[in-house]
Amino acid sequence: MGFSSVISFIVKRLLQGIPVIIGVLTISFLLMTVAPGDPVLAMVGDYYDEATLESLREELGLNESLPMQYVQFMGKIFSGDFGKSFMTDRSVMSDLLQKIPFTLQLAFSAMLLATIFGVLLGIFSALKKGSIWDRLTIIISLSGISAPVFWIALLLILWVGVHLQWLPPTGYGGLSFLVLPAIALGTRSMAMLARTSRAFMLDVLNEDYMRTARAKGLSETKVIFKHGLRNALIPLITIVAMDFGSYLSGAVLTESIFGWPGVGRFALNAIMKRDFPVIQGTVLFMAVIFVFINIIVDILYAWTDPRVRRSLLGDKHE
Amino acid sequence: MNKQASLRQNIIRNTSVQIGFCIMFVFIVAMILSPILQSPLMQSLGNRLLPFNSPQHILGTDHFGRDILSRIIAGAFVSLRVGILASSISMIIGVLLGLLSGYFGGKVDMLIMRFTDIMMAFPVLLFLIAISATFNPGIDTALFAIGCVSWPPMARLMRGQVLSIRSKEFVQSANAMGYSHFRVVFHHILPNCIAPIIVTFTLGISGAIMAESSLSFLGLGVQPPTPSWGAMINEGKDFLRVAPSLSLFPGFAIALTVLAFNLIGEGLRDILDVKQSEGNK
Repeated sequence: MGFSSVISFIVKRLLQGIPVIIGVLTISFLLMTVAPGDPVLAMVGDYYDEATLESLREELGLNESLPMQYVQFMGKIFSGDFGKSFMTDRSVMSDLLQKIPFTLQLAFSAMLLATIFGVLLGIFSALKKGSIWDRLTIIISLSGISAPVFWIALLLILWVGVHLQWLPPTGYGGLSFLVLPAIALGTRSMAMLARTSRAFMLDVLNEDYMRTARAKGLSETKVIFKHGLRNALIPLITIVAMDFGSYLSGAVLTESIFGWPGVGRFALNAIMKRDFPVIQGTVLFMAVIFVFINIIVDILYAWTDPRVRRSLLGDKHE
Repeated sequence: MNKQASLRQNIIRNTSVQIGFCIMFVFIVAMILSPILQSPLMQSLGNRLLPFNSPQHILGTDHFGRDILSRIIAGAFVSLRVGILASSISMIIGVLLGLLSGYFGGKVDMLIMRFTDIMMAFPVLLFLIAISATFNPGIDTALFAIGCVSWPPMARLMRGQVLSIRSKEFVQSANAMGYSHFRVVFHHILPNCIAPIIVTFTLGISGAIMAESSLSFLGLGVQPPTPSWGAMINEGKDFLRVAPSLSLFPGFAIALTVLAFNLIGEGLRDILDVKQSEGNK
């Protein structure tokens, strides 16, 4: 595909994402304004007088009319000013930037574990179709999809962290702290990937081109990974990218159970304390992630499937 | 008639559907028999944290001495109620928006689909947490929040269905006969979309049950003392070392129920031959 057409495609998709982001911000703004409970009261605590409340309201712009507040809010966000946290008085942007690496680390590890084990399990299960291993894989993947993530997390803490004492149960530190949250977070994706890759391998195993590849004398591993797996790439990429996107925008439950200092826990705390600027900041961050992930998925589709490439880019040279 | 009979046969013979219904059957029998157990709310501080397989308390008791088994069964009422009602709400919203969008096309379609895109861009759980924390947390708030947040996949699916049916001859002839839009949409198009609706609805129940338990786990769903599986796991997590059964068994209950609806939904999808795709974007 031509370089310029890729760029124009990306720019077009980015522009399409802008209305989505504005919409998300508008809805979250409306939700905050209809919220019962006064953030100012939450800020001052038990002892206050009317004058303090009034000056605080003035300072935060809460005395303006609703449309005015909306315009100010949008104006600030688009000039890159996310405001300060009501609770800590720290800049939302710098707090968010400080949390993102932790979330990235967890999301990458979870996705890596899920992809490797999920796909291998799926292929293995398809090759041994009907055997006890196949059934075991089906049971594992069904349970992985049905069990709630916070429960899996607790089981891991109880069993690996407390009983066996192999790994630290919660907290943040070296690599050993990363393992349990990554497993807990990745289990569901692993199960989905195992099921999808199993189904696709079963479809593909008896195709003519697989037989041809074998007849050419290619090794079984090469046949499976190069010719077989290729056809399952699109659905697998969709699962990986979408799950990865949702992990980036905050694995709320996993992060709070394991005490992981990432965006999800940050957002959850903000919601619980009605810390509006922090909520707005994290929501914007998540909407942007969503738009980007969608664009990346489209690019990956185009990269793996020539048919999609032609229809997306109008590229006639393939 | 013959076709219906063979469809029924297929449904009965499908292993996934069988297992799913068996699990549901066990839960329903347990719910019917639950009055013979100790009340799920009765506290007995002398019997606190009894282990699994104690006399009279087969699954043990919690930190207030309440019977875990009877609390799990009581939690089933809550989960099924939230699951079925929330999935119904999202079905109604999704089906209506999808029908409008696909049938009228043009500006209506563009507006509805942009709105759907925006709703999809919210991380579902965080959105639910925000709604529940904003309004009064409770079973009804949870139920409405889940229903109002989870409709976009249904809307996209319906739109795709309508687009593929709209150009069929029977719809065009209904239009040519001068039938009202209302009649064409609800008498001619909707009946031909029932299969995917049923499948999405069933899978939606398991999604809603999962969402409710997550909210209750965070203390934002069903409020104590009403037993809810998510809340039970949350209460039990403080006693994880001394009495793991407090968190263990409610988790099994969630996993089994979600599994049951997933199996039924997926079995029906195979039988009714519903495509997984959500139509063209």
